[in-house]
Amino acid sequence: MKPADEIALETHDLTVTYHKRPVLYGIDVAVPSGSLVGIVGPNGAGKSTFIKSVMGVVPSSGGWVKVFGKPMRENLPRVGYVPQRESVDWDFPVTVMDVALMGTYGGLGLLRRPGKVEKRRASEALEKVGMLPYSNRQIGNLSGGQQQRVFLARALAQDSDLYLMDEPFVGVDAATEAAIVTLLREMRERGKTVMVVHHDLQSAGEYFDHLLLLNMRLVAFGAVKDVYTPELLQKTYGGRLTILSEVADQAAKL
Amino acid sequence: MKTLEYITLPWDVLGLGALWLILMAFFVALPCSQMGSFLILRRMALTGDAISHSVFPGVVIAFFITGDLASPWLIVGAGLAGLASTVIIELIHKWTRVKQDAATGISFTALFALGVVLMELLLGKNVDLDLECVLHGRLGLLLEEDRVLLFGSLVPMPVLVMAGVAVFTMLLLGLFFRVMMLSSFDADLAASYGYRPAVIHYGMMFVVSFIVVAAFQAVGAILVIALLILPGAAAYLCTYRLKVMLAIAALHALISAVGGLYLHVWFNSNMAASVVVCGGVLFLLAWLLGPVDGVVWKWFKDEPPALEESSDKVGNR
Repeated sequence: MKPADEIALETHDLTVTYHKRPVLYGIDVAVPSGSLVGIVGPNGAGKSTFIKSVMGVVPSSGGWVKVFGKPMRENLPRVGYVPQRESVDWDFPVTVMDVALMGTYGGLGLLRRPGKVEKRRASEALEKVGMLPYSNRQIGNLSGGQQQRVFLARALAQDSDLYLMDEPFVGVDAATEAAIVTLLREMRERGKTVMVVHHDLQSAGEYFDHLLLLNMRLVAFGAVKDVYTPELLQKTYGGRLTILSEVADQAAKL
Repeated sequence: MKTLEYITLPWDVLGLGALWLILMAFFVALPCSQMGSFLILRRMALTGDAISHSVFPGVVIAFFITGDLASPWLIVGAGLAGLASTVIIELIHKWTRVKQDAATGISFTALFALGVVLMELLLGKNVDLDLECVLHGRLGLLLEEDRVLLFGSLVPMPVLVMAGVAVFTMLLLGLFFRVMMLSSFDADLAASYGYRPAVIHYGMMFVVSFIVVAAFQAVGAILVIALLILPGAAAYLCTYRLKVMLAIAALHALISAVGGLYLHVWFNSNMAASVVVCGGVLFLLAWLLGPVDGVVWKWFKDEPPALEESSDKVGNR
């Protein structure tokens, strides 16, 4: 096992610009291994951009990213990425099993086809999210919650150590939301580091053990008890925090 | 005429020539159908359109330099022109506020027109490379082309060239199937695996250009679009599986080729157009009778009940 104090993800001065307009300035953060991190901030704060730039899906204009002490490019297999559910075409002619199998592609070379080992990993991952009975179904026939579970199964099949998930709770039913939270905690138990872009501030304090407060700059990163405070949340959301009083109540209880 | 005579007619009239025509049409339609399927899934059907038109100036320039219509440089020139059109689309799309569809429209019409102007300017009007051929192809003239002796029979040269293109495309597809599937379905995940989206995009566009150029002489710039899009679109309506979709698209290409020959012989119509008409009819059949969501089946049975609620509960035990 890894030492508990290992740093899973470290970014230094990570900056992203779109059309010469900066959307993310100088993010410095070091995420300890084995933490379950919620990335929160208002719309347009650059939450998705942050994990996309960490993954190298969006080019960064400055700074660097290290994963388990090595540059991202050298450690790709140890990082799993779950894009937003809306980012793909669900009419695409693939089955639930095909999508889960895609999680194993990163480890396969150009020529090796997914074999028994890969299929078993995909099946186990589907089983874990309760989607194995649907493995032959076309993905367009699934509900939003089921689609998100398939995406999570694909991530599980990747068997990475660090996961970056983009809004997995959007458009899912309450049952799936609870199932995802359970799954995330299970992953943490197994020593995985999981970072989740999350839009609901109220549940954020409850679901995660660390929070990364983002509004184009890093506002704060730390354990929930340290950063889930009215002052820092106010700073993150500015005047737009209409539910501030409720959150303040919640924070007071912690 | 009796029914049987309708069926044997092409063979009575053309002899072995009927086989060459079918093979030629099939070898053109097959690689088009496979790459076209991916174009459809990547929502880039119009890009195939753009490439097919914009290879024209490349052909003209290469022909002007070499003076030989059979020169392999024509294919290189056309391939480069095809790539240039996709680059132009990207540039317009990225650097101006003009959106992708309009950028595509600009790129291929402008390049095609440039080709027409260049042709008249550089080559005069008395050359073998005429607009009629560019638009409609010369599949019907296949049997008058040069032949090569192979396995004891005289095979028309274009059939051999096109067979090579078809085999090459299928090999590439076999090799890069997973890469193409993943990057078409989920480009972000593919990028997170270290696949380079730009390399895949331009690689695919180069292959499409290459196929289009090869198919260009046979079926012309306009009908090649149909061969790129029809098989994949028809297959898309018939299945929910990518591999099955590609297989059905290939079958569509074969049936179109055979059916096209019959139409050509029965009605003495343009062969290339007949192939495409046949493909269009097959698309209509897929629409009406497609096994997964054919319109006719929906008339007979009610819509299946929504799966959502019940299945969510099952999944959450």
